[in-house]
Amino acid sequence: MFFKNILYHFGRYVMMLGTAIARPEKVSMYYKETMRQMNDIGIGSLFIVCLIAIFIGAVTAVQFSYQLDGTLVPVYYIGYVVRDMTIIELAPTFTCLVLAGKVGSNIASEIGGMRQKEHIDAMEIMGVNTAAYLILPKVIAALVVIPMLVAVGAFISIIGGYLASVPTGVMADADYIKGLRSFFDPFNVTMMFIKAVVFAFILTTVSCYQGYHVRGGSIELGQASTNAVVFSDILILVADYLLAVILTS
Amino acid sequence: MIRTKDIFKSFGENEVLKGITTEFYKGKTNLIIGRSGAGKTVLLKLLVGLLNPTSGEVWYDDTKFFSLNKKEVRAIRMQVGMLFQASALFDSMTVEENIRFPLDMFTNMTYKEKRKQVDICLERVSLPEVNDSFPSEISGGMQKRVGIARAIVLNPRYLFCDEPNSGLDPKTSIVIDELILDITKEKNITTVINTHDMNSVMEVGENIILLHNGEIAWRGHRGEVLESDNEILQDFIFASPFLQRLRTSALGK
Repeated sequence: MFFKNILYHFGRYVMMLGTAIARPEKVSMYYKETMRQMNDIGIGSLFIVCLIAIFIGAVTAVQFSYQLDGTLVPVYYIGYVVRDMTIIELAPTFTCLVLAGKVGSNIASEIGGMRQKEHIDAMEIMGVNTAAYLILPKVIAALVVIPMLVAVGAFISIIGGYLASVPTGVMADADYIKGLRSFFDPFNVTMMFIKAVVFAFILTTVSCYQGYHVRGGSIELGQASTNAVVFSDILILVADYLLAVILTS
Repeated sequence: MIRTKDIFKSFGENEVLKGITTEFYKGKTNLIIGRSGAGKTVLLKLLVGLLNPTSGEVWYDDTKFFSLNKKEVRAIRMQVGMLFQASALFDSMTVEENIRFPLDMFTNMTYKEKRKQVDICLERVSLPEVNDSFPSEISGGMQKRVGIARAIVLNPRYLFCDEPNSGLDPKTSIVIDELILDITKEKNITTVINTHDMNSVMEVGENIILLHNGEIAWRGHRGEVLESDNEILQDFIFASPFLQRLRTSALGK
């Protein structure tokens, strides 16, 4: 029964994406909607992403300096570890887990609300491909904007690490900079962007799926919103592991 | 004209429609009436393709609806306007943006032309100067009229109205009924109205089918309602003792 259920939802999810990838009725309308979504997802999430990123960087620096205490590992390694930890793992994963909560639940509620108020039916009857009009702009916007947010998040995290270690006297400014410039592998940045794109796709499409197929009333809408966050988070973590295996092997 | 042929619809074990064969005529207000749970909304949703029948056919003039591909279905739907029970206006858009939405989506008109078309539609439903209001800022009756304006903005050949009077006072209901009747005549379109409002039946019922337990229990027009001996019809239309007395006195019995 469990696997049958998974197959049922996976099939419906794939079918929804199949319908969503279609030629727009009017490119200008889709463009306008995509821009609106970019603003909502990008600018609307910038503050929370920066806030979380600065603490991630700071905590990573503090924890690592605690672990280095009394060891022979040079202190400038703190900069190196903060940089790689945030670029490879913390910035894409944390940012997207947070965005699954903020953007994902918002998408599921928005589309689910439209379904319940018969807005989707109204559009269908007008001849609009609702799967395409409601989903495609959100996915495109997320695929463009979320990697940018992740990049900003990584940069802010590194600043967070600096603020937690240099002004507090844990290490000298020059040491932190030295750490940041040591052992740099540009592929790590590629890995960060690959993760960001995959996670962005997961969190938007899963949330759209939950909202698009909502039934019932406000309780079901709340459940759809919660499911959007929970399933997006689970799938992001699974994808994170798989990508880590694939990209580092 | 819209025709249905032997429409059956089930939800699991529950058979909601049982062999509906009927015609909805062009230039007339066609009413689907019946008690709650009779299958009216399911039939209306089947007619516009929001639901698929278990078996049976729906014809839009010479086009068999459920054998069309997605592109052809969209082409038909661009000739369809629908007024929803709760109006289904996009609440984050203004009245003007709501009515303009189909024009934005499907036409290459300039902004000025679209604005003019919106004004014509609002004028037609007697709602000038609400362009910049949001749906939540206007009354239920006004929302219905905006819904009608949006439904006719692309000059449809078929107009569907799901419970157009629900939640409205009797006076406003009559205004909405008359508006739908006038538009039907003016544009010579096929209008299908799903209602359980007795006033609508008597005011605009040019072609009526009464659904009862998923079957057509009676068909006729408003002129035949009073004199019909059909018990299900009389039970539905003249439900209260007051209305029964009214009927008796009208018939001079």
